[in-house]
Amino acid sequence: MQTPLSRKARILSLAAALAVGAALAVGTAVAQQNQNFDNVQIDTVKVRDNVYMLVGAGGNTTVFTGSDGIMVVDTQFAPLSTKILNAIRAISDAPIRYVVNTHVHGDHIGGNEAISKAGRFRAGGNVVGDLGAAATATAVIIAHENVLKRLSADPAPGQPQVPFAAWPTETYITKRREFLFNGEAVQIIHEPDAHTDGDSAVFFRRSDVLATGDLFTTIMYPYIDVANGGTIDGYVDALNAIMDITVASNVNEGGTMVIPGHGRLSDEQDVVEYRNMTTIVRDRIKEYVKRGMTLEQVKAAKPTLDFDTRYGTDTGFWTTSMFVETIYKQMAEKYPPAKPAQSRNQQKGKSE
Amino acid sequence: MKSLRLIALGAWLVAGTGIPAFAQAGADFSGVWQPRYHEDQPDRIPGPELTDYTGLPINDSARQYANSWDPSRLTLPEEQCRVHVSPYIYRGPLNLRIWEEKDPKTQDLIAIKHYSSTFEQTRTIWMDGRPHPGPNAPHTWMGFSTGRYDGDMLIVETTHLKKGWVRRNGVPMSDQAKMTEYMVRNGDVMTHIFVLVDPVYLTEPLVKSQEFVRSARELPAGTWLWVCDPVLEIADRPEGEVPAYIPGEHPFKDEYARRHQLPEIAVRGGAATMYPEFQEVMKKATMPPPLPKPQPGATRVTGAGQQQQSR
Repeated sequence: MQTPLSRKARILSLAAALAVGAALAVGTAVAQQNQNFDNVQIDTVKVRDNVYMLVGAGGNTTVFTGSDGIMVVDTQFAPLSTKILNAIRAISDAPIRYVVNTHVHGDHIGGNEAISKAGRFRAGGNVVGDLGAAATATAVIIAHENVLKRLSADPAPGQPQVPFAAWPTETYITKRREFLFNGEAVQIIHEPDAHTDGDSAVFFRRSDVLATGDLFTTIMYPYIDVANGGTIDGYVDALNAIMDITVASNVNEGGTMVIPGHGRLSDEQDVVEYRNMTTIVRDRIKEYVKRGMTLEQVKAAKPTLDFDTRYGTDTGFWTTSMFVETIYKQMAEKYPPAKPAQSRNQQKGKSE
Repeated sequence: MKSLRLIALGAWLVAGTGIPAFAQAGADFSGVWQPRYHEDQPDRIPGPELTDYTGLPINDSARQYANSWDPSRLTLPEEQCRVHVSPYIYRGPLNLRIWEEKDPKTQDLIAIKHYSSTFEQTRTIWMDGRPHPGPNAPHTWMGFSTGRYDGDMLIVETTHLKKGWVRRNGVPMSDQAKMTEYMVRNGDVMTHIFVLVDPVYLTEPLVKSQEFVRSARELPAGTWLWVCDPVLEIADRPEGEVPAYIPGEHPFKDEYARRHQLPEIAVRGGAATMYPEFQEVMKKATMPPPLPKPQPGATRVTGAGQQQQSR
């Protein structure tokens, strides 16, 4: 269940978006003003014969092609839409049928409107009769129900509403939504309360490619977006769930290929390393919380030191300090320190 | 006249005009090679002792990683078949087959291949002048390698490596590391030297060397195979658990220093510990208390993997 965004949470979300100069929060429009996309080039990485990863300035985009058309997973920032579409057209001129959003953040949904309008869907019968051309004029946008809830809620102060045309047109509320497209099973799998509360991973079963959204990245500590329902335990669970899907070769390499939300093309072993890091840091802080250590004491113990040179940062919207604080708060809620036992005299209010 | 035209064409090709720059011919390393372990033997064969980081130019992050590393992590099914990365694999026990791949039309050297019996790894060293992949390409255990000859010496640059280790007791190597190798053949002996640069975990380049001897004959087929099927080794382990020690609470953190009577500042590694001047620092450092003597009749495994019977 999603809880409505509190005013405080919305302000925090806006602050995060502004601080990053755009990257990851819901408020795309204001954030985009701070970022220059002119020099962004789209790097197209072939994953399989019919699956590609597009790397630009936002979250990675997955392009899945075939005889039925094209499915696009995540659409980066709105100003990049033309470049993304050009990159898609360099791969295939088939119609874009589906856009899938892995979660609500602006760097993953920004191009929804332009890319869905560049596509079209199939419809017939009274649907076409009732709606006319509108029934087929755009590609379908699929996301978890909580993405729609977040996008359709009142925007944070100073933030414009995400355009209606960018909202998901189809949502799901179950563990997964799956269908056949391009002759292959496509599974859209919900991982609850992880990066946000509306995360989906998209598994192309025959191609053996998994697009994870920000449930896995290769460039930063896991971003636990508390304002949008994220939790560290959910994030660890999601990484383990990804590993349940992926199958590597007998030497832990290749096999299922993993397209991360940000960063380079990966496989299961890369997820294993990231899962190990996330679990180890979470478990350390949990242990420190159980020992009754304060947040300052935990920070002084440097629970992320072994990973800071790889994933840490002191600047930007998601610093190492914020990562530690978020885990600390969630562990402290889950494992509140035991109150010291009172003596009989203290209970009676007497001095000993 | 015709021969003059051919020479001119050859000069034009060598000068480099957009046509792939094939490496000039150098020493031929083709054959079956087996390592000799006279160098760093305790590190390479029995394996290092826990918390021994001597001589490694590691930073604080690497040290904490290693101090938290629990060998039990290797019992996780997803860890059991993990491969030694190319900067480490030549250090361990292996049979190595090297061969050349040539363009059948031109006989230009396209690639040099290394097949390692350990983990059945085939490594390609591209010799045709192709560039390394971009930053979004996947990383592998062997990485992406390109080579060139300097005289008879083969020089190889490797990027796109997976995360591995530089010592088999948990000292990490990151996936940002890059390696340069130098291979020289002296008759039937091959010297292999690598320089590892890791901006994540090393403060200075790590340089290691090892030697191989060319085998006069092919080895039995089975010696080239490495079959690894992960199994559930610890049945009651909670799903998702990752064995690790809390920083500073490694149960054997002092054992290596005490057993060998080395000061703590030496065993914790760091660039300074690589240089001869560090011996003067060690002389002034405080030695840890020795380990208690084993009980009479106890069998003790020493650092070099040998057993010692206490009397």
